Amino acid sequence: MRIIHYEDIVEKVSKACQDVNFDIGSDVFDSFKKSLETETSENGKYILEQLIENAVIAKEERVPMCQDTGVAVLIVELGQDCHIVGGSLYSAINEGVVKGYSDGFLRHSIVGNPISRTTSTTYNTPAVIHIELLPGDQLILNLSAKGAGSENMSSMKMLKPSDGLQGVKDFIIETVRIAGPNACPPLIVGVGIGGNFERCAYLAKKSLFRPIGFRNISKEISTLEKDLIEEINKLGIGPQGMGGNTTALDVKIEMEACHIASLPVAINLNCHASRHKKIIM
Amino acid sequence: MLSIKIISPFDQKTIDSLKSGNRVLITGTIYTARDAAHKRMYEAIQRGESLPFNVEGQVIYYVGPTPQKPGQIIGSAGPTTSERMDKYSPSLLDYGLKGMIGKGYRSKEVVDSIKKNKSLYLAAIGGSGALIARTIKSMDVIAYEDLGTEAVRKITVENFPAIVINDSYGNDWYADKEINQSK
Ligand code: SF4
Repeated sequence: MRIIHYEDIVEKVSKACQDVNFDIGSDVFDSFKKSLETETSENGKYILEQLIENAVIAKEERVPMCQDTGVAVLIVELGQDCHIVGGSLYSAINEGVVKGYSDGFLRHSIVGNPISRTTSTTYNTPAVIHIELLPGDQLILNLSAKGAGSENMSSMKMLKPSDGLQGVKDFIIETVRIAGPNACPPLIVGVGIGGNFERCAYLAKKSLFRPIGFRNISKEISTLEKDLIEEINKLGIGPQGMGGNTTALDVKIEMEACHIASLPVAINLNCHASRHKKIIM
Repeated sequence: MLSIKIISPFDQKTIDSLKSGNRVLITGTIYTARDAAHKRMYEAIQRGESLPFNVEGQVIYYVGPTPQKPGQIIGSAGPTTSERMDKYSPSLLDYGLKGMIGKGYRSKEVVDSIKKNKSLYLAAIGGSGALIARTIKSMDVIAYEDLGTEAVRKITVENFPAIVINDSYGNDWYADKEINQSK
């Protein structure tokens, strides 16, 4: 049995909330640079250059790369032989988010009531927390700061099994096309296929935690990912919807078993401010 | 293509000279407002009350900045998605607003109203909040302070980068981009 202290979690989460908003991470940064070499439109190139400069300023000055510093979304890998002392895991994470968002001068972007829109929550909480219970005694917190511009253009549909692969591809392409400039392309397109209604959306979100350039281990799925990257980049949307061939930096797919009558597909779009961090406790 | 330097508030000559797809660098005064401030201003117009600033001839930037660190003028300040303001924009344009800066599509009503009122819609680069903050030289909260990040701010900018999306002639860069690219 491994013991992990509440305070350690608070500190680590607080630091990660800040780091993730200031430092875009090398996978995204490198893909900006790579895209700049292949981007064909003038305005598209201009935007990629600005994004590179923006990322450098944010990292150097330790300021948020984007003013939408997002909702903290965590996928927690909790080993069943790991014991947390001093308080609950949920409150440790939320306390870490409050501390990180206030110490780092990050934006409070959560309303307590989605209908009346009153801002009555503690600093940018609650975080969205998913816990996966696993064998072993490790605790890994996968943190992301997810912006609303891209989240708002995400979509979920229960397709018919007869829609098949083409139906899945069409839905993905259509979602990216409709999102256009609103989701702040270049995008990372996260896709969940299978599971059920809620599981599918979770798979789409989870896929976004895989760094850019890392393919799904299944050959069938990695081929589909590559095909979709190509097709999406032919749409002509380009950086910020100004035209060009850099619409998606990557496509990530996670697939699971589902009911014989279903074909659930969820698409969770992420903007170029794809902020992810792995905290290993 | 070089960026065109323009002064805000925009005069009619500047507006008429710009075409969708033009890159500009804006210097001058701009007001910030997003969802909640737009709702309040819209409701004030409905009730026949005056607005917190005279919108005639002015430019509104859709932004909710991050809190500024000590010593900073403003926190990160990139654009938010404009379509959420679509419901309110035509009445502000009828009231004399001459420019809007945000990101993403506008509704047909807004596009028509931009043409009718001979104004402009420009996009700033979404997700470049740190870079844009450097172009902001002063910032004062002038209304709705209780709205926090959504309060109305008066800012002065120097070479604020943006791209014209909807010009006063009815052109729409998002819709026309593929045609423009192949030219
Ligand atoms: S969609 Fe992403 S990059 Fe664009 S404003 Fe929102 S968080 Fe920032």
